Amino acid sequence: MNPYLLMVVKAALVTGALLFTLLYIQWVERKIIAHIQCRLGPYRVGPHGLLQPVADTLKLLFKEDLLPGHVNRFLFLLAPVLAVSLALISISVIPFGPEIEVAGVRTWVQLADLNVGVLFVLAISSLTVYGVVLAGWASNSKYPLLGALRSAAQMVGYELPLGMAVAAPLLVSGSLSLREIVLSQQHYYGGFFPAWNLFRLPAPQVFGFLVFLVAAFAETNRLPFDLPEAENELVAGFHTEYSSLKFASFFMAEYANMITVCSMATVLFLGGWLPLFPAQYGSNYAPALALAAAGALWLYHGLPSAFRRDRWSLPAAGVAALVAAGLFLIPAVQAIFTPLFWFLAKTGLLLFTFIWVRGTLPRLRYDQLMRFTWTFLFPLGVANLMVTGLLVALRA
Amino acid sequence: MAAAIFLIFAFLAVVCGLNVVLRRHPVSSALWLIGVMVSLAVLYALLGAHFLAAAQVIVYAGAIMVLFVIVIMLVNAGAEQRSTASRMAQHAGLPLLAALLGALGYVMWRAAPAGKVAGAAAVGKGTAQDIGRALFTTYLLPFELASILVLIAVVGAVVLAYKEMD
Repeated sequence: MNPYLLMVVKAALVTGALLFTLLYIQWVERKIIAHIQCRLGPYRVGPHGLLQPVADTLKLLFKEDLLPGHVNRFLFLLAPVLAVSLALISISVIPFGPEIEVAGVRTWVQLADLNVGVLFVLAISSLTVYGVVLAGWASNSKYPLLGALRSAAQMVGYELPLGMAVAAPLLVSGSLSLREIVLSQQHYYGGFFPAWNLFRLPAPQVFGFLVFLVAAFAETNRLPFDLPEAENELVAGFHTEYSSLKFASFFMAEYANMITVCSMATVLFLGGWLPLFPAQYGSNYAPALALAAAGALWLYHGLPSAFRRDRWSLPAAGVAALVAAGLFLIPAVQAIFTPLFWFLAKTGLLLFTFIWVRGTLPRLRYDQLMRFTWTFLFPLGVANLMVTGLLVALRA
Repeated sequence: MAAAIFLIFAFLAVVCGLNVVLRRHPVSSALWLIGVMVSLAVLYALLGAHFLAAAQVIVYAGAIMVLFVIVIMLVNAGAEQRSTASRMAQHAGLPLLAALLGALGYVMWRAAPAGKVAGAAAVGKGTAQDIGRALFTTYLLPFELASILVLIAVVGAVVLAYKEMD
């Protein structure tokens, strides 16, 4: 097959999947937050509000696109474009799975394997701050400017512990290529315990993982570190003056960044697409089992439901899940989709943690936020890196 | 393909560089400078120095220029006023510029004779491993000295800031 054509097909698949995820992750977030707060969340548009994202997108599309008169026009328009395009680029180096064979074509489930993949992601993420800063400055208005300045200090401050946390697993894995980092985690202690960088000898990266996760919350401007857009003091922070699709771009960028950092955490610390336990204990049947359980649960809850719409929509979803579980028993399908399942399960768990924390923790005060990174998180990251370096050097 | 990419980004770098000088507003100048940095990073990557390209973006575009932009925004610098140039600049400016460009062109012509262009092979592979090995063996002393120099700058900045506070 023509390599350029293959590249285009792969890029289209990844972009499509990413955009679909971006569309639906806000539905998932609203539902989870709602259930944490004992509410129902979106419920009216489609079964269980499943068509809500489509309705929201249409609403944003048809809203009037305001361009305030006092803004720096070029930078004001550049900022959302910059934010969303930088947020979407990083996904191109994330490996989702091993080499697979589809209809005689062998290819990696990854768009591009750079030999400095980790640095590429760091470089792109270090540029994302411009989207926020330019938006705040070009708006030529108080609240956006305050939000932008806060955000710049926050993102620069938290990038250091993030870099330290990323460097430690690189020492353990001995590579900068994301694909090789995953492949280096491909064995099991005692035949069953995964040698992910989180647990890997000689230097288990438990602290590194925690530092990465906390810094990632700040880098993506998520609660409890969402100071740049703290709505009770800054209206909406850096995107106060934006409306319609330009607002939607910032929204999209935030979620795309979230997906990127969760994928990075999966690759660096949690073994990427590798299963939790080896294949001889049946890890290849885990996806089928999980889907079958979900299908059975939907059937069980859907059939005797009090709501008329649930009586057909839930069982239909249940039957679909059971069919998917059956498909996972076919060896060809299993070989392609099982790694993807593990990757998505780990990344999904991390994304759930992001949403969970948003529903649980209050926002920090600004001075607490800055003191936390400079006096605690950064020293912890450096200490972790030095101990890791020492242990790796002793072993070599 | 490589030649086309080189031409595009070399042109971009020159355009951005010109704009850094020609723009009146400091923030726009700083933003064009980021354009220069990123174009240079692409040129490094084109030469096979992927590590250098990533470091260029992380350090210059991602860290130093962020600081530049923030400081310019904080001091709220307005657009610069254009004044009539001094008499010396009016008369000696163009000849000096021509002389400078001539000297630069001569040096480049002597350094890279026609038909022998320094390619990726001459620079080495430029991977992270190569650079790390070179830094920690051949160039260990300069590398450590540079880090001490940076440390001195940091300590000096902290001392100056503390003096202000008292």
